[in-house]
Amino acid sequence: MFVIKCPYCGDRDQTEFSCHGEAHIARPENPETLTDEEWGEYLFIRSNKKGIHYERWTHDHGCRRWFNVMRDTVSDEILVTYKMGEEKPKS
Amino acid sequence: MSNQNRIYKGGRVDRDQAINFKFNGKEYVGYQGDTLASALLANDVHLIGRSFKYHRPRGILTSGSEEPNALVQLGLGARTEPNMRATEIEIYEGLEASSQNCWPSVNFDIGSINNFLSRVFPAGFYYKTFMWPPSLWLFYEHFIRKAAGLGVAPTAKNPDRYEQKFHYCDILVVGGGASGLMSALAAGRSGCDVLLIDEKPEPGGYLRNISAKIDNLNSNDWINDILKELESYDNVTILNRTAVMGYYDYNYLTALQKVTNHLPYLSDKMPRERYWRIRAKKVILAQGAFERPLVFSGNDRPGIMLASAARTYLNQFGVLPGKSVILFTNNDHAYGTAIDFANKGAKVTIVDNREDIPSELSDRCNKVKIKIYPSHSIINTYGYQKVKKVEIQKVDQNNNELTGSLREIECDLVLMSGGWNPSVQLFSQSRGKLKYQSKLNSFIPNNLIKNQKVVGCNNGDFNLLKVLKNSYQVGLEFASELGKSANKSLEIETAFEDLEFTEAKVEPYMIGKKKVTHGSKHFVDFQHDVTAADIFLAQREGYISVEHTKRYTTTGMGTDQGKTSNVNALALMSHIHDKPVDNIGHTTFRPPYSPQTIGAIAGRNVDHLFDPERKTAIHQWHVDNGAEFEDVGQWKRPYFFPQKNENIQDAVNRECRAVRNGLGILDASTLGKIDLQGPDVAKFLNLIYTNAWSKLEVGSCRYGLMCNEHGMVFDDGVTSRISENRYHMTTTTGGAARVMSWLEEFLQTEWLDMEVFCTSVTEQWTVLSISGPNSREFLSSLTDIDISKEAFPFMKMKEGKVCGVDARIFRISFTGELSFEINVPSRYGLFVWNEFMKHGKKYDITPYGTESMHVLRAEKGFIIVGQDTDGSVTPKDMNMDWIVSKKKDDFLGKRSFSRSDTIRTDRKQLVGLLVNDKKTVLPEGSYVVDEAKPRPPMDMIGHVSSSYYSPTCDHPIALALIKNGLNRMGDVVKIPLMSGKVIDATITDSIFYDKEGARNNE
Amino acid sequence: MKYSAINLVRNAFSYHENWQKAWSSPELKKEYDVIIVGGGGHGLGTAYYLAKEFGVKNIALLEKGWIGGGNTGRNTTIIRSNYLWDESAALYNHAVNLWEGLSSELNFNVMFSQRGLYHLAHSVHDMQEITRRAYSNYLNGVDAEILNQDQVKKNIPHMNVNGRYPVLGAILQRRAGTARHDAVAWGYARAAENLGVDIIQNCEVTGIDVSNGIVKGLQTTKGSVNAKKVGLVPAGHSSVLANMAGFRLPISSVPLQALVSEPIKPILDCVIMSNTVHVYVSQSDKGELVVGAGSDSYNSYSQRGSFDMIEHIMGPLTELFPIFSRLKMLRQWGGIVDVTPDRSPIIGKTPIENLFINCGWGTGGFKATPGSAHVFAETVAKGEPNKIASPFSIERHFSGALVDEAAAAAVAH
Repeated sequence: MFVIKCPYCGDRDQTEFSCHGEAHIARPENPETLTDEEWGEYLFIRSNKKGIHYERWTHDHGCRRWFNVMRDTVSDEILVTYKMGEEKPKS
Repeated sequence: MSNQNRIYKGGRVDRDQAINFKFNGKEYVGYQGDTLASALLANDVHLIGRSFKYHRPRGILTSGSEEPNALVQLGLGARTEPNMRATEIEIYEGLEASSQNCWPSVNFDIGSINNFLSRVFPAGFYYKTFMWPPSLWLFYEHFIRKAAGLGVAPTAKNPDRYEQKFHYCDILVVGGGASGLMSALAAGRSGCDVLLIDEKPEPGGYLRNISAKIDNLNSNDWINDILKELESYDNVTILNRTAVMGYYDYNYLTALQKVTNHLPYLSDKMPRERYWRIRAKKVILAQGAFERPLVFSGNDRPGIMLASAARTYLNQFGVLPGKSVILFTNNDHAYGTAIDFANKGAKVTIVDNREDIPSELSDRCNKVKIKIYPSHSIINTYGYQKVKKVEIQKVDQNNNELTGSLREIECDLVLMSGGWNPSVQLFSQSRGKLKYQSKLNSFIPNNLIKNQKVVGCNNGDFNLLKVLKNSYQVGLEFASELGKSANKSLEIETAFEDLEFTEAKVEPYMIGKKKVTHGSKHFVDFQHDVTAADIFLAQREGYISVEHTKRYTTTGMGTDQGKTSNVNALALMSHIHDKPVDNIGHTTFRPPYSPQTIGAIAGRNVDHLFDPERKTAIHQWHVDNGAEFEDVGQWKRPYFFPQKNENIQDAVNRECRAVRNGLGILDASTLGKIDLQGPDVAKFLNLIYTNAWSKLEVGSCRYGLMCNEHGMVFDDGVTSRISENRYHMTTTTGGAARVMSWLEEFLQTEWLDMEVFCTSVTEQWTVLSISGPNSREFLSSLTDIDISKEAFPFMKMKEGKVCGVDARIFRISFTGELSFEINVPSRYGLFVWNEFMKHGKKYDITPYGTESMHVLRAEKGFIIVGQDTDGSVTPKDMNMDWIVSKKKDDFLGKRSFSRSDTIRTDRKQLVGLLVNDKKTVLPEGSYVVDEAKPRPPMDMIGHVSSSYYSPTCDHPIALALIKNGLNRMGDVVKIPLMSGKVIDATITDSIFYDKEGARNNE
Repeated sequence: MKYSAINLVRNAFSYHENWQKAWSSPELKKEYDVIIVGGGGHGLGTAYYLAKEFGVKNIALLEKGWIGGGNTGRNTTIIRSNYLWDESAALYNHAVNLWEGLSSELNFNVMFSQRGLYHLAHSVHDMQEITRRAYSNYLNGVDAEILNQDQVKKNIPHMNVNGRYPVLGAILQRRAGTARHDAVAWGYARAAENLGVDIIQNCEVTGIDVSNGIVKGLQTTKGSVNAKKVGLVPAGHSSVLANMAGFRLPISSVPLQALVSEPIKPILDCVIMSNTVHVYVSQSDKGELVVGAGSDSYNSYSQRGSFDMIEHIMGPLTELFPIFSRLKMLRQWGGIVDVTPDRSPIIGKTPIENLFINCGWGTGGFKATPGSAHVFAETVAKGEPNKIASPFSIERHFSGALVDEAAAAAVAH
């Protein structure tokens, strides 16, 4: 049961949030130019890191904003939260 | 004779308040302040229940939450509760409890035959047998199940109520013993918000039971002074009768407080238990330690208990559970119990496995006539329903051999003390790592997590003065980390226990009369009847990992979660493998700390508060007019409106005919509605929907289909342009939240530069859909909007007044008839509906429900997302390629349409099906085959997604998804029913009525 | 020594001191024909069937901890095969067929108990869904019965069928049920070792040796080892192992939790699942109610989830069974489930030659154990997936031929 620092609202209980998988996977600019493999890679293939993981969360029962989280998937410790569009922090 | 084991004075029970209770149907008297265990012991009742596997008679081992044996069925009827620990139940007037897992009675239990057969029932015996013949397993299992389990569940609904509470604090102190009180005191004096939790009726812990002196105060008085000071602070909250159950990440802890379940049933006003969810900035664990049983032959009989527990019964409850007492110990500390018993007149004999007894101890024992047998072991015990005799013998110092002569001692109570195990369960739950401390022969906390400290015995510290000072210091440190400090320092000069715990001479098991693996009944886990021999067997058979041993023997898996057995099992494994305990490891401690009431965790989220019911503004009218409802997500929607004796089919036929021939009205308020504003909405919609939106004019409506990125249809609806930069989107009822999130996701994660704002307005609008040839004539008299065919064509929207209320009217149709969807602010919804019903009388206005809506749309071949689609169909599969733009470069899902599997032309496609017999309504969900075989399996080519009797066509109609269906018009296919009957049907177009779409253009 | 009632009695006379090890702990050899990585039920079963049915002689099974310690020993032991799609039904029904003979086959009582499983329907839409599933099952040869409310009430008297979401009916699979999860791992391990398989515990794979796109061997905490073929069956760590071999998977590893109540006398003799009210519960032979919770939305390798997932099933549980309210939760725990986008597993080849993978079983792998192990053994032995396994290739994520049990709402538990 984490405490998550929403970049817009501050520290809140995890129950206000939900996670939406790996962050920094940009939708391809021109999907039509991709092969089936490349498109499938974008849609489905994930790094699923054991250790430092970048992921997207939403503050569902709050400001409803999406933001990014850097978290250790072994200790579950949240290291950084940051707004969409901001640079990926180094691990 | 009543209370024959009660001493004349002493203890914290109130002898002026007698309390009557029943155990196994017999009446007893106890005193205010007694637990069920202490009251039964006072009345010389030792036999409490039967063990899980061998049904051996069992008594009271402990005096607290670690009790494995004395479990009872508490209460009657709907309030009965199984597996309650007698050591924790406070008695109240009229309490009724009984033994469990025995039949016909605890004194004579048929199940105890297992005990005589125990040699063929070693650990894991069931893995080796009951396999022949395979078909009989369910038969064997029936009896195994009946023998297993402990108490019984109530068979009626729980009449009690449970409350929940969120709590935030600076410092949570778990445990109100000496160390916890000190930490709480330091934190409280510093002005921190402190929550102190103790599982007993009053804090104080073990210090209440022993003769300790702190600066010339005896321990009870000293505790009361501290409590008085703590209670004087507004910033300190003390919870008694509360057990911290779970310790989760980020210092999130849960606790269960007994509010009234130590009392007779009072009234509905008070909850039975209160469930606390606590988020603490800092946590101090001060839970103390559990005394460890000794593993000796026959150590499980009623009348054999832990020395510390006996001392508790004596000093706290004034109960002398036996008069001829044997203490079996491996350490100094337990001598305190022996001396206390001797002082109260018991005849005490000490059997100590150590050779050298400190002279100070033997001197004190001599004074009270306690006989000591050093280097001795209890090698067997006797007494079926209660211990009555032990055999002792001298053992060599390696615990390998019995030497000297066997001696028999009659007794009525055997106490044992094997040292102490810090209560590391919560610490371990919190991800704290343990280390083995050889001096203690047990595990202590090692790597603390952030914002956590462990103090006192819980941390393996047993020196009272040191513990008091350290615990206070820890409280100060945490306070200072929170920017607070105390204005008072701790002024304790001396503190001593009469006998401190120093070191024990620990043996994995005590040598017995019989070889340990030869039926000697050295119990390790009392509740689950796991003996030392079982641990040996597990190792012999290769179940060497601690987890394998635990799972194979079930040691530590009882309701006590191994509080008294885990460390002994590990010590045995260490002995068998001749490896240090560190290398054996330990099993993971899981929440909760003690069994936790399910109803308390559910709290008030039960009955009518289980899940909200969403109701439209018209709901009460529907109820008053006899609607049958269906649940659609959380919504209550009218399913149909039966009149008089109508069944569903009659009602639906009538409702559909009204729409086709006159005027129907549907409460469509549950449709999802999203207000979209901003200059980029059209651009956005172009990416969200499959079709083109750039040219949609103000005042126009357009149907759209949304696909996910896999190219599969996931929602649909009509979106209208209200003004230049404002659109009104509708979604399916069930999909509203999903669509809203979908829009937000792309706006916030992919297209951050787009200026689009989404607001859910589902509940802001009441939607009245009127449909039928008379709808225009009807509506025209109620609105100031020109709704003539010329002025207000199909797929347009207009704003104006309806019944004097601001309204938006959409000329869209889901029935295929001339229709108007009137949106009015929800607060006027019921008013407008009532006006409609009033003015609609002359048109025989007919309210219809979702079932008729489904039939009417199916007649027109309109799909319902989630019924005709299942997440695996593309727009093309739906025969809706017309709605997929060929011009747009990109939209969500587009790329997926051209993947090798998605582009196949023989995918399942939406078609119509007409049964050849013209009368069978196919079951929705039935499957279609080309060739019906006499019995399954059969190759399926698709399934029926929608199927109804069509009152308009006067025959059944169906929609189906069939492989290559669009190229198979006119083919006859078969639908095998589960009854064995096979129905023939012909593949047709999916529009069954008004193919040209003339009627909604009227 | 064969396990039987007679031998149990016979051994009682010698105080059970003559029982052999169920499996031993051999040293890791230098080379194997096939190495299976992962000592859960699926991995152990694969090793067993490779030796038993596909004639492979020199097999090792590597387990980083203790066998059966992952999801095999952490699940709610539900077994069923009433899946919607033909591909799934074929796979899971293959498993149920094998379950039925498993105790005899392994000479180890895995306590497969066909006590029947009810999927409850709470709305008109649910009824359509279960009817469709029942028909699909029926024509696939999977047993299915549709029950109405009265029938459900009669069979499960303690269930509240008139709650917030009334129980309108159910689909019953009588061949479904539960099994003793640990016994499955132990039984396969014992039987595999009897056929010469080296079962090596506490042996973690730290690297996969690949040369020219072909797997050559493994680096482990017990040294390096050569292998002609390697089968990865590492539920909970699939992506980690794939990463070692240089490829990625369509998998997210998320926490899934479960709990048991205190043991009570028999009160529920079947398995109950409700997707709408979010309950799945059965009662174990020991008497504990075994209750599954939902999975968390975030990735984690910590084998623990957030407590609100547990809290959120207590309301539904007491809604459906009001008499459970006074019972106590005894123990909760978590596991790591490898979830694929379509909630169907991945069985087959990898981009590396002679390296095969069986993973992605999400929340529902236990039920498939023998079937999964059997088809994967064939895949490893023959180098190609068989007819049952072939729809479950990694390639389906590129072609779009998903077996979408998730979208079909037949949530795979």
